[in-house]
Amino acid sequence: MSDIANNCGNSCENKNMTVLKRPVSINEVYSRKGGSAPTATHYCAGCGHGIIHKLIGEAIDELGIQDRCVLVGPVGCAVFAYYYFDVGNVQAAHGRAAAVATGVSRARDNAVVMAYQGDGDLASIGLNETMQAANRGEKMCVFFINNSIYGMTGGQMAPTTLIGEVTMTCQEGRDPVEAGYPLHMCEILSNLTAPVFIERVSVSDMKRIRKAKTVIRKALEVQRDGKGYAFVEILAGCPNNLRQDAQESMDFLNIQMEKEYPLGNYRDKVSETSPLIRPDSDFSKKSIEKVFGVDANLEMPPMDPNFRDCLIKIAGFGGQGVLSAGIMLSQAATYSGKNASWYPAYGPEQRGGTANCSVIISSNPIGSPIVYEPDIMVVLNLPSLVRFEKIVKDGGYLIYDSSVGDYTPPANVKAICVPGIEIATKAGNAKALNTAMLGVIWALGKTGLTQKEFEKAIAESFADRPELIDLNLKVLKAGYDWAKENL
Amino acid sequence: MSESQQKQSPYPVIHALECKACNRCIIECPKKVLEMGTVLNERGFLYAVYKGEGCNGCGNCYYTCPEPNAVEVHIPKKAKQEA
Repeated sequence: MSDIANNCGNSCENKNMTVLKRPVSINEVYSRKGGSAPTATHYCAGCGHGIIHKLIGEAIDELGIQDRCVLVGPVGCAVFAYYYFDVGNVQAAHGRAAAVATGVSRARDNAVVMAYQGDGDLASIGLNETMQAANRGEKMCVFFINNSIYGMTGGQMAPTTLIGEVTMTCQEGRDPVEAGYPLHMCEILSNLTAPVFIERVSVSDMKRIRKAKTVIRKALEVQRDGKGYAFVEILAGCPNNLRQDAQESMDFLNIQMEKEYPLGNYRDKVSETSPLIRPDSDFSKKSIEKVFGVDANLEMPPMDPNFRDCLIKIAGFGGQGVLSAGIMLSQAATYSGKNASWYPAYGPEQRGGTANCSVIISSNPIGSPIVYEPDIMVVLNLPSLVRFEKIVKDGGYLIYDSSVGDYTPPANVKAICVPGIEIATKAGNAKALNTAMLGVIWALGKTGLTQKEFEKAIAESFADRPELIDLNLKVLKAGYDWAKENL
Repeated sequence: MSESQQKQSPYPVIHALECKACNRCIIECPKKVLEMGTVLNERGFLYAVYKGEGCNGCGNCYYTCPEPNAVEVHIPKKAKQEA
């Protein structure tokens, strides 16, 4: 016992006296809304959270890692963990602590990231995040506080509620036929390869609290050394919601909870695991520009104030190049110094479904990228023609491929039937129908775009397959020439 | 707490204001030198009190207490005493 006392590192006050007291990494004052009892936690009498907070705080002090620590708080009673821990704090949405902790851990490689979550938060709503983070072996230490119920909301049934245990929402006791069986997180996670350390402890009585202390410290050592994922499940009491006094709470944990959730180690690969080195995250402006292929210093030609917005919609079968035609068009518009938006809409099919995209070209900032009444409607198949013929603006262009067969366009639009497949086939490849249509759009002149800009956009679009660039340039020109001859 | 007592034996300090009367320290004290008081603190809780002697400095009351600011245990250092 004196070992613990002597290990208290930061708690020693003077030369002659060792003082066991609140760890340095736990705040002294908790200034919260309303200002009541600012030196007391908001936890109920006998709550396990306060005990665990102190153990974690003491381990942080002993390891000297306070400046590196980031604690991700849950939704649950410990939602206010940021009042108590004098470390970096983030409070995550319900169940998402593992996802937020992943982000913190990836962005700050040297951080000691802790996720502090209850059983409703982690094992119910956040189960997916928890499993995925564990499976990726994220560098984080998860403290999973299991009290068998949703405490904050008044003691409802949780995934961890024992069979037969009475809660607010199972007044006859949990019935496995209706509500399934208690979820064993340590056992589930120990089926994964990546976790470095998994253990279940309890803070019911002193013997177990002292054991919990060493386990919590060990899990934090894994983080201090950057070795990977550590998971500590801590059985804790909720005497208030479970209507127990201190002794009953201890007995409930020791007898009933431990029967369902045996204490012990489920994974210890700490000594044979070396630090996990991930590539440095580079959030510099330069590297972000590189990722997005942009250059903030690029001089843009001035906007033409007389240019009227041009709204275009392109529709057809998925696989006809509907979406890529829209990208090329908007790309060409940005090369001309105009603003452009591209907004796709498509079904779940990669091929064979229908797809359409909206393109807006403007010399003003674009608010919504959605086009309700296009100036130019390009349609590559019959179903889309039927669907979109009515939305074209009065006097707008309805461009459709001749392959749709017999078709009578509405009277209020300028309909152009383009032998697109024929043009594309003659110029090289029938698949380039979408490029042939771009040639027609170019020829109409409504977009204000030039040959150079269209060509640059095509070269950009086919940058990965350079052998197709010349072919598409030929088809583009062929589409343009056809339009100039026939319109 | 007198100066001589401080030097001789360990003792707990229970901050009456912070105690919520959960009883855990009283149950966990191996020497049974803590008891529940009979008056309420400012926040409306009864609070644990030290009977005045018998503490062996084990730290149980500190560790089992859920309130960070409620309990301190002062333990004289043996080596220093001998020197």
